[in-house]
Amino acid sequence: MIEFTTWDILRNLLLAARWTVLLSLVSFIGGGLLGLALLFGRISPRRWLSKATGSYIELFQGTPLLMQMFLAFFGLGLFGVDVPARLAAGLALILWSAAFLTEIWRGCVESIARGQWEASASLGMGRLQQMRYVILPQALKIAIPPTVGFSVQVIKGTALTSIIGFVELSKAGTVVTNATFQPFTVYGFVALIYFALCWPLSKSSQILERKLNVAHRNH
Amino acid sequence: MKYHLDFSWLPQYAPDILKGVMITLELIAVGGVLGILLGIFCAWARALGPRWLKAPVGLYVELIRNTPFLIQLFFIFFGLPSIGVQMNELTAANLAMVINLGAYGCEIIRAGIQATPKGQFEAGRSLAMSPLQTFRHVVLVPSLQRIWPALSSQVVIVMLGSSVVSQIAAQDLTFAANFIQSRTFRAFEAYIVSTIIYLVLAILVRQVMALIGRTLFPRRKAA
Amino acid sequence: MSLIEITEVRKSFGANEVLKGINLDVEPGEVIAIIGKSGSGKSTLLRCINGLETISGGSISVAGAQLAEDEVHLKALRLKVGMIFQQFNLFPHLTAGGNVMLSQMVVKKVPKAQAEAMARRMLERVGLAHKFDAYPDELSGGQQQRVAIARALAMQPIALLCDEITSALDPELVSEVLAVVRELAAEGMTLLMVTHEMKFARDVCSRVVFMHQGRVHEIGPPEDVFANPQTPELRQFLGMTGHA
Repeated sequence: MIEFTTWDILRNLLLAARWTVLLSLVSFIGGGLLGLALLFGRISPRRWLSKATGSYIELFQGTPLLMQMFLAFFGLGLFGVDVPARLAAGLALILWSAAFLTEIWRGCVESIARGQWEASASLGMGRLQQMRYVILPQALKIAIPPTVGFSVQVIKGTALTSIIGFVELSKAGTVVTNATFQPFTVYGFVALIYFALCWPLSKSSQILERKLNVAHRNH
Repeated sequence: MKYHLDFSWLPQYAPDILKGVMITLELIAVGGVLGILLGIFCAWARALGPRWLKAPVGLYVELIRNTPFLIQLFFIFFGLPSIGVQMNELTAANLAMVINLGAYGCEIIRAGIQATPKGQFEAGRSLAMSPLQTFRHVVLVPSLQRIWPALSSQVVIVMLGSSVVSQIAAQDLTFAANFIQSRTFRAFEAYIVSTIIYLVLAILVRQVMALIGRTLFPRRKAA
Repeated sequence: MSLIEITEVRKSFGANEVLKGINLDVEPGEVIAIIGKSGSGKSTLLRCINGLETISGGSISVAGAQLAEDEVHLKALRLKVGMIFQQFNLFPHLTAGGNVMLSQMVVKKVPKAQAEAMARRMLERVGLAHKFDAYPDELSGGQQQRVAIARALAMQPIALLCDEITSALDPELVSEVLAVVRELAAEGMTLLMVTHEMKFARDVCSRVVFMHQGRVHEIGPPEDVFANPQTPELRQFLGMTGHA
């Protein structure tokens, strides 16, 4: 049996963590773009459209991310193509993130006072113009802290992709454990690496939120 | 695409699914109750507790909230035995859920406590109640009422997150789905069925939380 | 020995000294009105007597018991002195009866039936026996404040501190609360009240304390203080409130 030094373990985990970071970025950005599109549907005055996006959100928030990954993995497989795990993982994470981000952002848009809609409408703006020039600039400011906070959920969500076989930090943890028989050390390191990725984001989200609250109180 | 969905296996495997559902329900019942209790304790400690308790509780909360549940589970089930703490997969799953919900619940409940008007503390104190009595009898219930919707959502999130306990061979609903797909090779159908059941369970858990809320808080609004 | 002895009490918030050496002795059965501009330190003084603020210097004793910061002393003190707040501070999750019963059961360990009997008596005393099962949000401001008085009375204090207890009320509700206080005074309860109700102070109080910039500026029976103010500050204050 080959001896693994602590450094060997850590190096292997850090190499795998690159994939966690990459997948997180792709999922977050993809989810954000899709979420923005869904947001327009969710707050649309057309009832069927807002209902449809509402159901989408309900569905993805009401079922386990793991199931969504299985379904993406095996569902894509039904088309007869050999699906790489990273494709199914990315797809599921994007769809899932979009649902949560849409809901977060809807809350932000709705917290903008009615008066802002009415004032901008009274100036003859169309709905898109209202959104573009009046509502979104204000909503954006309050949306930043919870959005940054949600990025932590995305990073943690990527851990589930290990279950459908994508090799990232968690999967590497299992592989290294099987080679070294040191689960305590290995999973301890894995947890610490996740913590190092997530904690700065959590903390910034908190700080941003506090700043925003102070700014609002001074208004 | 020429693929026909086939659910003909369903009657034969219904008992397995039912068993999985029961385990998932048991996990969320135990995890929910103990997790909320742990959350209340930690929220008290962080918001009102003695200084020596604030730092360790804060560390626990930050560690849990910034690492994946899956890794917490693996650490408990695979990691702890190497320092002599051994448990079966169900206990490990339960423990992981309690620890997880305890940390998230802590931050939610703490927000409720911190929204308590100062006068409530003062009224309790002026009636000669100790700080702990004031917390227990005056502050706690309205605080919980304030954040009950958020706490309910978190319980649902933890229930859905419990699907990964199948990875340590705890025989929950996801475990049943994995088992069925390995036997029938009808993976897509097996996961469709379990996903729908999870959706129903999510709605059910939400209703139960609402019911508990109505029992605990007969009044509509908290100050 | 006086019931409440306040000696050279000082209180600072940071660099801001709010109380600059207060001396005041209160005899049993006295009804004392504390008047003065906002920021003169009158509410802070009451809060110090109940231990809600810790004093920076001097001493306070109630019926011979010294105010100290530890829980045991604070509890002993608060069992003797009740407090009524401007914002009522009823517990929203409990009924009126529950509000009055709670601390009897929690602090004094009174059995439930006995606490309930006491609560009914106290609510009766403030004219709200029929509201025993009502929640605070079902009561008017005046009713809430009367429940708060019943709640304090149920602990059988020897003195009551009233911190602007009618200031948050709509004008038409003020009199029902003052009527209750008037009755307590007639029954011999020792009362210390910060108030803006000059007419009430003149009618009911045995002494009036005028506070100005953290000091007791003038003190005396209401007929002297109101009719014959000695200092320009008090004259100006009374002129402002239209009671010179």
